[in-house]
This record gives sequence, structure tokens and C-alpha cells, in this order.
Amino acid sequence: MRRKSLVLLVALSLSVTACASQSPTSAEPTPAEPTRGQSTEPLTVFAAASLADVLTTIGINFQREAGLPTSFSFGGSADLVAQLQGGAPADVLATADEATMNKARDAGVVTAEPTVFATNTLTIAVAPGNPHGIASLADLAQPGRLVVICAMQVPCGATTASVTKDAGVTLTPVSEENSVTDVLGKVTSGEADAGLVWSTDIGRAQGRAERVDFPEADKRTSNYLIAPVASSTRTDDAQGFIDYVTSPPAQQVLGDAGFRKP
Amino acid sequence: MTSSRAVGATGSAARLGVPAWIWPPALLGAFFVGLPLVALAARVDWINLPALLAAPDSLAALELSLRTSAISTVVCLLLGIPLALVLARTRIPGRAVLRTLVLLPLVLPPVVGGLALLQTFGRLGLLSSALDLFGLRIAFTTTAVVLAQVFVSMPFLVLSTEGALRTAERGYETVAAGLGAAPGFVLTRVTLPLVLPGLISGAVLAFARSLGEFGATLTFAGSLRGVTRTLPLEIYLQREVDPDAATALSLLLIVVAVLIVALTHRPRAAR
Repeated sequence: MRRKSLVLLVALSLSVTACASQSPTSAEPTPAEPTRGQSTEPLTVFAAASLADVLTTIGINFQREAGLPTSFSFGGSADLVAQLQGGAPADVLATADEATMNKARDAGVVTAEPTVFATNTLTIAVAPGNPHGIASLADLAQPGRLVVICAMQVPCGATTASVTKDAGVTLTPVSEENSVTDVLGKVTSGEADAGLVWSTDIGRAQGRAERVDFPEADKRTSNYLIAPVASSTRTDDAQGFIDYVTSPPAQQVLGDAGFRKP
Repeated sequence: MTSSRAVGATGSAARLGVPAWIWPPALLGAFFVGLPLVALAARVDWINLPALLAAPDSLAALELSLRTSAISTVVCLLLGIPLALVLARTRIPGRAVLRTLVLLPLVLPPVVGGLALLQTFGRLGLLSSALDLFGLRIAFTTTAVVLAQVFVSMPFLVLSTEGALRTAERGYETVAAGLGAAPGFVLTRVTLPLVLPGLISGAVLAFARSLGEFGATLTFAGSLRGVTRTLPLEIYLQREVDPDAATALSLLLIVVAVLIVALTHRPRAAR
């Protein structure tokens, strides 16, 4: 009898932990020794998921330069704005498209003028070696191709709809994912033949996906915007970070990751 | 999980009071569960609710959810009852291991379940060569949704039925067998009717769990309107652009779940 209740207790406590909801990933670079007597309270930056790797690197460089540590919270741009509306504390917001930054401004989360710090274009992600010989958007519309795209409601989905309309191609995807990470994941796991992702996501796949560029992508760039959060009291620090992101060293890091200049 | 009340539970036990100190934590528990639902209902845009719910995407998601959950519950019954019987009524070695395996989906995060299903039934999965032989593709189909739902809901049915089987009166079955009934007859005409309350309770839980399944579906089946985008997936998507629509659909899901549970989970009076 006692063993049964112990098992039940263990199972219950495990289920409680298993039911934890998904939350945006956060990265905390270990802070260096405090220098120059500045506040070592990390600057909180909310940024789009596609900026995860590149902003973490920029954050480490920024800390080395300015002695100010940063703490990132990465997630879907719309999610982040919703959190900020709900009162989550943050100092800087970086979104993957203009529409979401506009929503943030409409909601009063951002009052200052945002700065464009990078642009991104779409590309086709395929398995290494491009086994199906995909060379254009039209190839994706061939019968039997398993194509995965972002849903219309997210930034990369809206851009996908625009470029396919420009190219006069009608896709019949097998899945419309909520995030570009999921699209890439379906390609790298071999479930899908191809997917439409951001240029920068190919680098993040670390060799498990290849890119196939198409001409229509250049006409529909997505602007990445950064702005200080209105409710933050650390206006100088926030502006310092924003200035750093638009400075040549950070722009170099962004360029290396595949982002294009604003 | 709860075991079914033994037949003949006395009413006198129910009339014994409970200690007064249990009321504060009980009320706290009730508020903790009820208040978020009340808050959600308060947030709903009641004027636009009919329009939001009647949108083609919403109806497609609801229809898909109900259809797949119903199929999943039937599959759970067909596979789960025999499994519960093996666990409760046989003496095969390794029952403890089997029980642990069956209960594993309860503690696994659903996304992990989805990944595991992908590794099994996916294009590059364990069974991929067998599936290719029959020309079957499971990923991105409604079948994948059903598989994901069965995976996460089966434990509820098995647990509930096994519990009921363990505590059921064996007397009737012994008499039936003694009178010459075949095991199959004993099972369908004596055993199962005896454990029906636990069985139904397990089936209702399985249905409700299937209705709310999200992580495994998203990872394994993908998200396409009318094919794999169940109501939870639709809510998750609508959050990106239309929080009002997401709230309305959330309310719909809650109402459907409440109806299902209320209609089938009525407490039985002691005989």
C-alpha cells in the first residue's frame, strides 16, 4: 500500500513539472567583474527569436566594451509585445518586423522612434545536397513536394505570402508553422522536402540545411527594429545598447550571421 | 487516480463531518482553479463572440478537434481495456515495467512525446521503411493527430480502468465462470458492466485530454487548417494577430470540455 502511494506521489510531482508551459528561451551571459563603479544590474532586452544567436554575441561584446551586462529574453515578436503589455519589465525591445513594432507603439509599450538595425530576406531551405534539385519557388509547387511554410499570422508567413504572390506561384504546403524555427526543424529532420525561412536561419542550422535563393526575395525585405521600452527607467543604458547595435562592430556581427544592412 | 466506489458504500460514512480546517485550503484550491477561468470569461469580447466563433477557421478547427478526439477515445478504449485487463488480471512477468511504460506519457512533456512519435513514424523514423513499403505517409496527416492524442490520453483510460478492475467485486465473475461461462462471456457480460463507472470516467478524461492536446500535435503532425490544426493550435496561432479571437476560442474550448465532463461524470448514488 505504502509503495503504491509513494509511486503515485512521485508520478504526481513529475506530472506537475512536465506540465510547465513553454516560455521564450532566455540567455544569461555570465557577467564580468564590475568595472568603473557602474551599475551591474543586467540590461533586459526582449528580442525576436531569429536574433537569438547573433544578439547573444553582440551582448557579450557590448559587456566587454561598456562593462554593462545584458540579459536576453528571446521569443516570437508578438509574444514579447504581449508580455510587455502585461507589465513584464524590460529595457529594450527588438522585433523581427515593422508591423509588430507598430503594434508595440500603438499599445504604448514603445514611445521613442525605433531604429532599423538590420534587414532579412527569405530563402528556401532544403536538405544538404539538395536531393530534389529545387532551384526556384516554382519548383516548390510541383506535385508531391512536401513544403512547410510559416503561417500568415507571423512575420515570415506574411512575407512568404508576398513573395509567392510576386512570383505568381501557388504553394500547397503540408503545414503552416507558428515559428520559423519549426519550419527549419521540419526540414532538418527530413520530414519536409523544403521550407521558406529567413536567410539567417540557414546559418543557425549548422550544416543541416542548405539554402536556395530566389530573385523575388530581395523585393520583400523585413526590417528589424530596436527601441527602448517606455516603462524602463534606464534610458541612458538602453540608448547605449541601441547605439552599440547600430555601430560598425555589431553590424559586422550581424552581417556575418547573414543579416543585411538597414 | 480515483478507484470506483465499492458497491454498497454506506451513506452513513458521508454524513460524518469533515474537520473545519480543511475548508480554507479547499476554498483556496477552488479559487485557484476557478478564478483564471472567470478572468478569461471577463476578457471575452461578448459582442463579437458569435462572429469570432463562426469564422471558417474556427469552425474547421472545432470540427477537427471533435472528430479526432472522438476517434482517439475509441482507439484508447479498443487498446486500453485489454491493456488494463493484462495489468490487473494476469500474472505475466514484467507487469510493473509495462505499467511504468503505459504511465510514461502522463509525465512526459507533450513536446517530448511528439518528438518520440516523430522518431517512430516520421519519414526518417524507425518504422519508415515499413511505412514506405505500404506507401503510407503519416506525418502532416490527420492520422498523426489521432496518434498523438492516443499517445497522451491512453494512460488516463488504462489507469482508471485498471483501478476499477482491481477493486471490483470478483464474486460475480467467479459465479459466472463456475456456472460454465466462457472467459469472453464473463468479460463482456459481467466484468465490464461492473467496472463501467471507472471505464466511463477514464474515457471522458481521455477525450478531454485529446481535446486539449497541443505539444505533441504541433511537433508531430504540423499545423494545417482542416487537416491538423486542432482548436488548441488555432488558439495558439490566433494569439499572434487577434487576441480577441484567441480568447473567444479559448472560451469555446472550455465550454465544450465542461459540457463533456458534466454530462458524463455525474456522481453515482450509492446503491
